[in-house]
Amino acid sequence: MARALINVPAKAKRGDIIEIKALISHPMETGYRTGTDGALVPRDIINRFICTYNGEEIFSADLFPAIAANPFFSFTTTATESGRIAFRWIDDRGQAYLETAEIAVE
Amino acid sequence: MLQVLTRRMLLKTAAVGAAAAAFSRRTAAQASPKVVVVGGGFGGATCARELKQKGLAVTLVEANAVYTACPFSNAVLAGLRPIEAQQLKLDAVEKGGIDIIQKKATGVDPQSRRIALEDGSSLDYDRLVLSPGVDIRFNALRGYDEAAATVMPHAWKAGEQTTLLRRQLEAMDDGGTFVMAAPANPFRCPPGPYERASLVAHYLKTHKPRSKLLILDAKDSFSKQRLFQAAWQDLYPGMIEWVSLSSGGKVIEVDAKAKTLVTDFGRHKGDVVNVIPPQRAGEIAQVAGVADRTGWCPIDPVTFESRLQPNIHVIGDASIAGGMPKSAFSANAQGKVCAAAVASLLRGEAPAEPKLINTCYSLVAPDYGISVAGVYTPRNGLLADVEGAGGTSPVNAPPSFRAQEAIYAEAWFQTITREVYG
Repeated sequence: MARALINVPAKAKRGDIIEIKALISHPMETGYRTGTDGALVPRDIINRFICTYNGEEIFSADLFPAIAANPFFSFTTTATESGRIAFRWIDDRGQAYLETAEIAVE
Repeated sequence: MLQVLTRRMLLKTAAVGAAAAAFSRRTAAQASPKVVVVGGGFGGATCARELKQKGLAVTLVEANAVYTACPFSNAVLAGLRPIEAQQLKLDAVEKGGIDIIQKKATGVDPQSRRIALEDGSSLDYDRLVLSPGVDIRFNALRGYDEAAATVMPHAWKAGEQTTLLRRQLEAMDDGGTFVMAAPANPFRCPPGPYERASLVAHYLKTHKPRSKLLILDAKDSFSKQRLFQAAWQDLYPGMIEWVSLSSGGKVIEVDAKAKTLVTDFGRHKGDVVNVIPPQRAGEIAQVAGVADRTGWCPIDPVTFESRLQPNIHVIGDASIAGGMPKSAFSANAQGKVCAAAVASLLRGEAPAEPKLINTCYSLVAPDYGISVAGVYTPRNGLLADVEGAGGTSPVNAPPSFRAQEAIYAEAWFQTITREVYG
């Protein structure tokens, strides 16, 4: 089960560049590794990450097996209005993990 | 386990001793080559003594009159041991016929094979051995400079920093929080932060039982992890919280004024804060040009000769020794291997393929010891683990076994300090 950590400033001034961080705890199993029984361990990765700001996509990424366990994203955006920043990670089974944070923009 | 290792070491020492006898006969008629060793810690002092035993003229350059040993300094922190028990002098080494210069080495000229000392004098060498230990990389962690280290001690070079952190712990109120930042690999003494957390927990449990300990780690796993964590659950339930890298444990900034550590995802204020910061090879290694961009020194695993400068060998914590951890035991083993290699090279002979041993004991409580041992040999240009050799203490062992290992730990310290400084 994945566990996510996010960091969004609680408040900012309009026009400020803000840094956003997101880390999800995930094994990112490549599908190329063999287990102790000699059989391939099935692939199980987060393959997509999307961040939205009041519903509008501000950052997204496709992830591949070469990306290490526990993928960590750090990016910046401009604080435009108060509202909700939402994070979505999607794994190989199509399951999504969601996190949200509120930001107050003055 | 200890006895097996000891027998192996005896065999190795016997073989090296035979080679040394051949050397002194053959070189008696020649001008004696000069070997200079910089650093009087476990690596340097061992190497100097071994070189001397092989009939070489050895000069040991060490700036400090007293060497404060790091192994067991966590016990000083926990009030289980006086700092004086860590303090070692080079008197006996000097009496053994080694020329000791108590000055700081400030420069190295690999071309003219000469080192500069702080007073402007210089020393010529045929072969130079650097055993400078580690330097703290101040400002590598934002906000952690020399001034911050007086508020949030690192205590990762034993001495005043150790006693400073000890005083802070003593002054802390019951119910306080001890916060530690543990670094990413590589660093001196891989199990050290966790031994420290254990012994601090022991002190708090016995003196300030309502207190808590928080470890913020830049790693997802650590040395002897299963043993440490099982022991924490047994001895200090609910007291120690370990936050791994993937749980947001990496400290990226320190705020010394606020006694606060900042991670990517939060701020953690402590009543006592211990920052174990990023490190690199000691300064003289940087000056000599034997450290690479990582800050550590790539070496040939057979001779410990630098891959960057000829005729300079690097041993101990400063070297990139492959699978070997940065420990006093490693430095001691490397000092012996390096001395044998230097003697061979000066005779124009090929150095023997070495096997090196390391054992690291950690105390989880005064009567609870755990250990990890490994055997290493050159493979593909690095020192690699010999598979199937060594190992860690069993996960399930009775208290008597842990008590026995705590006794072995103390015996190891007595043995190594006697061998190197006695």
